Amino acid sequence: MALGVGCSAPPGRALENKTGAWRVFKPVFDPETCNRCGTCAQVCPEGCVHETEEGTFEPDLDYCKGCGICEEVCPKESIRMEKEEK
Amino acid sequence: MMEIMEGSHAVAEIVKRCRPQVISAYPITPQTHIVEALAQMVADCELDAEYITVESEFSALSACLGASAAGSRVYSATTSQGLALMFEVCFNVAGMRQPIVMTIANRSLGAPLSIWNDQQDSISLRDSGWLQFYAEDNQEIADLHMIAYRVCEDHDVLLPAFVCFDGFILSHTYEPVDLPSQEEVDAYLPAFTPYHRLDAEAPLSMGMYATPEYYMEFRYEVDRAMHRAKETFIRAGREFGEQFGRDYSAFVEGYRLDDADVALVAMGSICGTAKDAIDEMRDAGKKVGLLKIRTFRPFPGPEIAEALKSVSTVAVLDKNISFGSGGAVGTEVKAALYGSGAAVYDYIIALGGRDVRKRDIAAVVDLAEKGKGDLFYGLRTEVL
Repeated sequence: MALGVGCSAPPGRALENKTGAWRVFKPVFDPETCNRCGTCAQVCPEGCVHETEEGTFEPDLDYCKGCGICEEVCPKESIRMEKEEK
Repeated sequence: MMEIMEGSHAVAEIVKRCRPQVISAYPITPQTHIVEALAQMVADCELDAEYITVESEFSALSACLGASAAGSRVYSATTSQGLALMFEVCFNVAGMRQPIVMTIANRSLGAPLSIWNDQQDSISLRDSGWLQFYAEDNQEIADLHMIAYRVCEDHDVLLPAFVCFDGFILSHTYEPVDLPSQEEVDAYLPAFTPYHRLDAEAPLSMGMYATPEYYMEFRYEVDRAMHRAKETFIRAGREFGEQFGRDYSAFVEGYRLDDADVALVAMGSICGTAKDAIDEMRDAGKKVGLLKIRTFRPFPGPEIAEALKSVSTVAVLDKNISFGSGGAVGTEVKAALYGSGAAVYDYIIALGGRDVRKRDIAAVVDLAEKGKGDLFYGLRTEVL
């Protein structure tokens, strides 16, 4: 991405800020125990938990900052935060 | 046409001829007469500009930033505490590369409260990304505004500028000023062509967030633009000279420096006093000269080193103090002369409006010749 003069950018450019780099712990979703309630997607402050074709859920690790709220709210405890080595 | 006029009114008259489309400012001593005059011009329909009244300097510069981003030529003026209140916006204006021109009627900063002159206010914003020009007299302050718009709005630069003159000493003093006509200013300063602007038809965000992967490169670009401004300033100053007969292509100007053993270095109106003092010292057989710095940002380090290459002793007059370090100009002159072999001494002088007379300049030269420097000059030790 080339710099825009004066820190300027057209609409949508913020997608190129891959905030996933901030993460220390990454969420690991277990589709086997997931009851497909979708609470994780609703509460994600980054809006980066998406429904899969099977109806379960997965995080977009390009933007997930690793806050862990999805793990906290999951009624089936099928999300666990795992230390990520970089 | 040559007129006898107050420095502030010379600024207002020349700013009017630069045709700013938006002005926003908050009145503060000693800048008041400038914005008072401009507000009157707008009210009298002599100047076709939007004058935005605000409740603070923070809002004034914020309004200017928005107006500049929308593609207008913008003007403001402030000083001292007002500039301090603009601190945050100043960095944003430079980072967003908006070519705003702002007059600084230099004044000391509190505490203690003081309305009188030194250069602490603008010097304290030396790292903000604004160009900084310092005028010696009222002709120079008028001329530098035209040059500032030319340099700032050049697409190789796109940075804002402080055009500084000493509060009261120049702002409230009447001097002859040769004011160019509107046609002459128009011929020198074409209408502003924004690099890009806020436009609902072609949406753009300015002043975006940058991750650590990008932030440093944005700051590097500001630094590069500041360095490119040197070439643009030389060109704009030379063309000014060709049109008006007063050449401003030099960042520094020497006065009786050619065979000098001791060189004074200073910025602003103190240079006028220094020149008179130097004439007297020369008559008494002392080889003394002056190097006047016109552009503090970008800092003309190589030009200073070249101008002072045959001088053995340098005395820098600093109307500011970086507590725990020294005067800002002296610090940078020492860096510019590193390895040259010259003895460079710094003198903190004239803070908070303390008057500087010719005999004070002569006394500083005496101290420098004796190897005494890096001190506050003229301290009243009896009150300490």
